[in-house]
Amino acid sequence: MTGSLNMLGYGIATIGPAIAVGLIFAAYINGVARQPEAQGRLQSIAILGFALAEALAIIGIALAFVIT
Amino acid sequence: MIDLATVLLPLADGGGFEPPGPSVFEYPPLFGGVTKSMLQLALSVVLIAGVTYLMARRAAIVPGRLQYAGEIAYGGVRNSIAREIIGTEHYLKFVPYLFALFMFVAVNNYFGIVPLIQLPTFSRSGYAYGLAILTWLLYNGAGIWKHGLIGYLKHTCIPSGVKGPVLLLIVPLEFLSNILVRPVTLALRLFANMFAGHLLLVLFAIGGEYLIIESPSLVNVFGGVLAWVMFFAVSVLELLVMFLQAYVFTLLTAMYVGGALADEH
Repeated sequence: MTGSLNMLGYGIATIGPAIAVGLIFAAYINGVARQPEAQGRLQSIAILGFALAEALAIIGIALAFVIT
Repeated sequence: MIDLATVLLPLADGGGFEPPGPSVFEYPPLFGGVTKSMLQLALSVVLIAGVTYLMARRAAIVPGRLQYAGEIAYGGVRNSIAREIIGTEHYLKFVPYLFALFMFVAVNNYFGIVPLIQLPTFSRSGYAYGLAILTWLLYNGAGIWKHGLIGYLKHTCIPSGVKGPVLLLIVPLEFLSNILVRPVTLALRLFANMFAGHLLLVLFAIGGEYLIIESPSLVNVFGGVLAWVMFFAVSVLELLVMFLQAYVFTLLTAMYVGGALADEH
C-alpha cells in the first residue's frame, strides 16, 4: 500500500465543512418550508454561506497537496 | 469449500496496485506545446458559439425545440441569477458575461463525462485561475465604475455601521476576504471539485479492473463488480456536481458584482 497520510487527514478535516454545509441547507429548507415566497432571497444567502463554509474544505485540499 | 488463504491471498501479498494520483491529469503535449485541455477549451468555444447561433438564428414567437432550450438556459441565467441578485437597475449589462460564463463552465465540465474526451478542462487549475481573474476584474471594475476608486475601497472594506478603533481590525480582514481571497476560493472550488470527481472516477475504474482482471478470486471479483457499480453511481453524482459548479460559479460572480454595485447603506 502506498499513499499519503495527508489524504487521510484531509478526509477527517472535511467533516467540519460537511456538517456546516448540511446545517446551512437544513436551515434554508426550513425557511422555505415556512415561507415559500422568501425563497429567492434566502437562496442567495444560503449559497453565500455554503460558499464560505466550503472554502474551508478547499483550503484543506490545497494544504493536503502542499504540505509534504 | 473454499480455502480462505487462496481467496484473500492476492490482497495479502501487497499486490502491484498503484492508486491513481495527480499524474492522471498530466497529458503530454499533442503537438507544439498544445495539450488536450487546450484543444477542449477551443472545442467548447466553437460548440457554444455554434449552438447558440443555431438557437438564435430563426428566432420566432413560437419557438422551435432548439430555440426553446436556448431560451430556458438564457432566461434562467438572466432572471434567476442576474436580475435576482444584481438588481433590476444594472443587471442587463452583466447578462452576456454571466451567460457566457455559465455555458463555458458547464460545457467544459461536461467534457469530463463525454466518452473519448473524459477530462474536465477545469481539472487543470490554470484554467480555473484564468476564469477567476476575469471575474475579479469584472466585479472590481464594476465597483470602481459605480463608486470611484476611493469610494469602492471604502465600500468593500468598511461594513456599514462600524465605527471607532475596531476598524483597525475590520478593514484589513475585509480587504483580505473581499479582494484577495475571493478569486482564489472561486478558482479552487471549481478546480478541486472537478479534480476530485475525476480522480474518484479513475480510482473506481482502475480499482475494479485490477480486482477483476489482474487478481481474480471470489472475493476480489465481487469487490471489483461493486467498484464498477460505484463507478456508475459516482458518474451520476458527477453529472449533478458539474452542473452545480457551473451554477455556483455564475451565482457567486453575480453576487460579487451585486455587492460591488450596491448602494451605500
